[in-house]
Amino acid sequence: MSGPSSLRTPLARVRNLGSSHSGTQDFWRQRLTAVAMALLIVPVVVIVLMLLGRNQAGAAQILGQLPIAIILLLFILASAWHMKIGMQIVIEDYVHSEKMKLALVMANNFFCIAVALASIYAILKLSSGV
Amino acid sequence: MTTRIERPLSPHLQTYRVTLTMALSIIHRATGIALYFGTLLLAWWLIAAASGPTAYAHVQAFTSSLIGKLILFGYTWALLHHLVSGIRYFFWDLGYGFKANEREALTWGALIAGIALTVLVWIIAYAIGAGR
Repeated sequence: MSGPSSLRTPLARVRNLGSSHSGTQDFWRQRLTAVAMALLIVPVVVIVLMLLGRNQAGAAQILGQLPIAIILLLFILASAWHMKIGMQIVIEDYVHSEKMKLALVMANNFFCIAVALASIYAILKLSSGV
Repeated sequence: MTTRIERPLSPHLQTYRVTLTMALSIIHRATGIALYFGTLLLAWWLIAAASGPTAYAHVQAFTSSLIGKLILFGYTWALLHHLVSGIRYFFWDLGYGFKANEREALTWGALIAGIALTVLVWIIAYAIGAGR
């Protein structure tokens, strides 16, 4: 594509959204989710402290309350997204074998989505009281 | 297929003299990776709370053990350090704090604030835990 026969200059390939076609989207989302978590950290720590030393019935009763469930859902979404981007940057920095890189980036996506969905499912289950 | 171009690579870690900002940059990554796998604990805890008393008792047995407490203490520090260290990056993203003394101050600030906040949270945790 960009071999010796190409008439396109390197500049043409990196214009607009660049060679990855997504521009600075990951950079922006990394900051967006970071600000979200910085705002949510105080309520999240308070929620964890509220649960200390309580048994399952007490913990479930607190976790099922609407404002608490929403705060935790927002925090889980932001952290899953943030850690997906962060781990991908680490993989891209240190893994130089192309196939291994693809496999790890895929595994990273699977891990983040699975952890997020499992946590979200648990909170929704607690909220619906079943 | 085109042949791969051999581009120059940046010098690696051992080439550089260790500086505070460099060490904290590495710690930022390391705490990020630790938190990544730490979310498994968070998910386990939430699923256990949603599952029932037996599952939740397993989590509590772990969190009240010595090794469990050490991991949780490390988790707390990793989280709070990554947070304050991350706030440092916002200063730099916005174009502030690039002078030598400013970046040193920001970095020391993050290191100290991360430890102080962790100790504070655990003091509150023990104060509450003792009351229940």
